[in-house]
Amino acid sequence: MTNGAVKKASEKEPKLPKARKDMTKAEYILLQMKRTWVGYIMVLPFLVMFIAFTVVPVVLSILLSFTNFNMLQWPDFVGFDNFVRLFLDDDLFVRAFQYTMIFAVAVGPASYILSFLVAWFINELPPKVRAFVTFIFYGPSISGNAYLVWQLLFQGDIYGYVNGWLLKMGFITKPILFFTDANYIVPLCIVVALWTSLGTSFLAFIAGLQGVDRSLYEAGAIDGIKNRWQELWYITLPSMRQILLFGAVLSITSSFGFGGIVTALCGRPPTNYVGYTLQHHLEEYMTTRFEFGYASAISLVLFFLMIGANVLVQKLLAKVGQ
Amino acid sequence: MAKLRTRKHRVVLNRSVGGDTVISIILTLMGLFMFLPVWYLLVTAFKPLGERNITPPRFYVIRPTLQNFIDLFTNLNMTWVPISRYIFNTIIISILATLGCLIIGSLSAYALSKIRFPGSRFVFALIRYSLMISSTIAGITNFIIYVALGWLNTYQISIIPVWASTLGLYLMKQFIDGNVSDEMIEAARIDGASELRIYWEIVMPLVKPAWLTLMVTTFQGVWNTGASPYVWSENLKTFNSAISTVQTVSSGASSAAIILMMSVPITVFIINQSKIVETMASSGMKD
Repeated sequence: MTNGAVKKASEKEPKLPKARKDMTKAEYILLQMKRTWVGYIMVLPFLVMFIAFTVVPVVLSILLSFTNFNMLQWPDFVGFDNFVRLFLDDDLFVRAFQYTMIFAVAVGPASYILSFLVAWFINELPPKVRAFVTFIFYGPSISGNAYLVWQLLFQGDIYGYVNGWLLKMGFITKPILFFTDANYIVPLCIVVALWTSLGTSFLAFIAGLQGVDRSLYEAGAIDGIKNRWQELWYITLPSMRQILLFGAVLSITSSFGFGGIVTALCGRPPTNYVGYTLQHHLEEYMTTRFEFGYASAISLVLFFLMIGANVLVQKLLAKVGQ
Repeated sequence: MAKLRTRKHRVVLNRSVGGDTVISIILTLMGLFMFLPVWYLLVTAFKPLGERNITPPRFYVIRPTLQNFIDLFTNLNMTWVPISRYIFNTIIISILATLGCLIIGSLSAYALSKIRFPGSRFVFALIRYSLMISSTIAGITNFIIYVALGWLNTYQISIIPVWASTLGLYLMKQFIDGNVSDEMIEAARIDGASELRIYWEIVMPLVKPAWLTLMVTTFQGVWNTGASPYVWSENLKTFNSAISTVQTVSSGASSAAIILMMSVPITVFIINQSKIVETMASSGMKD
């Protein structure tokens, strides 16, 4: 063990142990594996579950998307039929795709920018005040179904806060059924989504801003940075690029998986399928119609949307401050 | 240890009074947007029936009452599964899920960060990519796997899948990378300490903020989602699902229910806030 550890220490040095020259690559890797076998044991429990609950399911659902499968019979291969049906023959899919994009474009960037701006605004507050403000903003995102408050505010009868006051002030003559009226579903759900969106990435931004080296700001001031915006663009953002990336990943993932809030507030499906997302479509085929092959095709579309958006945003973020 | 900077002796540069004012105003407005709904919730929860039926609704309560909370518990007690069973389930599931997640996550975070076996980079890359997709994508085949394992409608289906959560592991690994030096680990190895001992006696005490964060986030996740959707026996469900079934009784009782549900994760967060923020400082994704 000790022997292995010493050899391992030398592995980090630029020059490798002499014996390395006499070894083929495979031999060397095998030797490394022998030295670090404890590592494999330590990762094993996680790896088994990660493979069982994430890797295998993702791979399997890619395979299943080319089949017809109902859990009772062995899946039969149908080629690209599911995808053809999805894009050419399924109006609801097209609608779900549109709403997913609407929510992703509206909620994703907005929540990301909001999280960052709030974190940036509160960065210079005294620590105690900052902790309190952090809590006010972060609170809604951790409290489970707290977004049901909005049901109370926008309740469809005269006892709801918004309806009550709009009536009183004479803007409307009868209460609006906010969560069943097609005109209000999308904007309301976006507002509620933003309300709950200052989550993990918000905390990461707060921490990231705190970690920016102060001396950089002082050096920047000497080098002619004139205002806080220049400071933000040339110093702050580039020094926390990695945290920006992390936050982006979380925002993108949640904004494309949007649907839970719509279901909770407006029901599934919502009125006239307004606000009906891919998430809903997936649930529909999975839990109601039991067409698992088709549902897999939907999830594959979602998969590529998420990965694609992530890759795109990572490229964009690499340009920050340049 | 990465220290968060407190700004007691800061040098103020490039700040204008005008900018500060505008930012304060925006921040106040946004703060109101975040806080007012919670305020209305509190007000409604403490309003007696008479005050809840006034239109337009008042933004304050004149005669606060606990009646709504009493109603909520009366209704909870009318379900045929006793409320104590739901609470028991919640505790069991939260504790087992959180403990498992903590042990498994920190063990592998240590191995990925400090042992660097062949393939460890690949495993970590997979974990990073898994953060980019939401869990619903794997939902269909997860279901098939649960069926194959015979886990439908059991305790373990609410517990074991949580153990493989990647966000906690990711944060832990980044935190170990940033806060535990390789030299220290090497020195311990040369002294003959086993990897398990290094993990337990050297690394774990150093990454206290990270495991607190892992515990808090796992617990909050479990508390908020409750039992798995593939559990349908009432006596395997959690407080969360019990409370959401009685929510429709009255707006007062449902506000009381939401407040009850909110109070637990918020309290846990307040207690651990500084540690969580400290952990997030090393959450960055290296390109």
